[in-house]
Amino acid sequence: MTDPIDIQLARELMRGDPEAFERFVEHFQTKVFQYSYLMCGHREDAEEVAQETLFKIFESIQSLREPEAVRSWVFRIARNACYMKRRKSVFAPSEEISLDQLMPSVNQQGGERKLEIADWSNLPESQVLQSELRGVLEESIGSLPDIYKTVLLLRDVEGLSGQETAEVLDISVDTVKTRLHRARLAVRDKLDRYLRTVGVSQ
Amino acid sequence: MNDCKQIFALLSEYIDGELPPDICSRLEAHIEDCGPCVEFVQSLKKSIAMCHKFEAGEKPEPLPDAVKQGLRETWERMRTQMG
Repeated sequence: MTDPIDIQLARELMRGDPEAFERFVEHFQTKVFQYSYLMCGHREDAEEVAQETLFKIFESIQSLREPEAVRSWVFRIARNACYMKRRKSVFAPSEEISLDQLMPSVNQQGGERKLEIADWSNLPESQVLQSELRGVLEESIGSLPDIYKTVLLLRDVEGLSGQETAEVLDISVDTVKTRLHRARLAVRDKLDRYLRTVGVSQ
Repeated sequence: MNDCKQIFALLSEYIDGELPPDICSRLEAHIEDCGPCVEFVQSLKKSIAMCHKFEAGEKPEPLPDAVKQGLRETWERMRTQMG
């Protein structure tokens, strides 16, 4: 699930390819904006974070030794810029997600055990998200507590590895795994509630 | 490993192929015989696949010319320093 375009662009930029600058700026502005928009929740903050991150990238480009490290390096800068924009107290405790709350009930129907969830079988794996479902997904991700949201955005949306995510966030790979699992279950649960309300329930 | 709750805690690592082989085979042996677990894994995989394709509805405005110029000058200065 790696996204080699990030690494290719960094390699071209560091090689001095004259067209790389424009492509690199446009690509990472979009990536950092999306991450910051979901982390900060404000469009203006996200625009500023993207610009500040780009300036920091070029000011400290010497510290990027390997193009392969570009994603964790860029998102580490973006994460720090997001922290500076946080409108709520940095001391506000982050809500914990408990596994028990996200485990669905199982109903005994005759001899068969049935799960009380929506029927996901009609959603194809490769479905391009239709606008309403995309909006529900955005709201589901956006409403996660910050410590879970940042892990899900980096791992599942941006495609960073567990190790890269751990480096960006200064946490262990095991903590990345624990938080990612809870974040995924919480998003699945919210999508499930939506799918049940739109009438695809069993 | 025959408890759905134990399985439930390991599903992301299972889907990401990060479980040690012995735990993975025990988990698969349970799932094979457990309809609710099969159905749940399918829903979780689809939810994760949606995140892989997710793009926020908001897109950034194109950078103002002055900002782009400032970025280019910073880049050119650093390139010169790097030799």
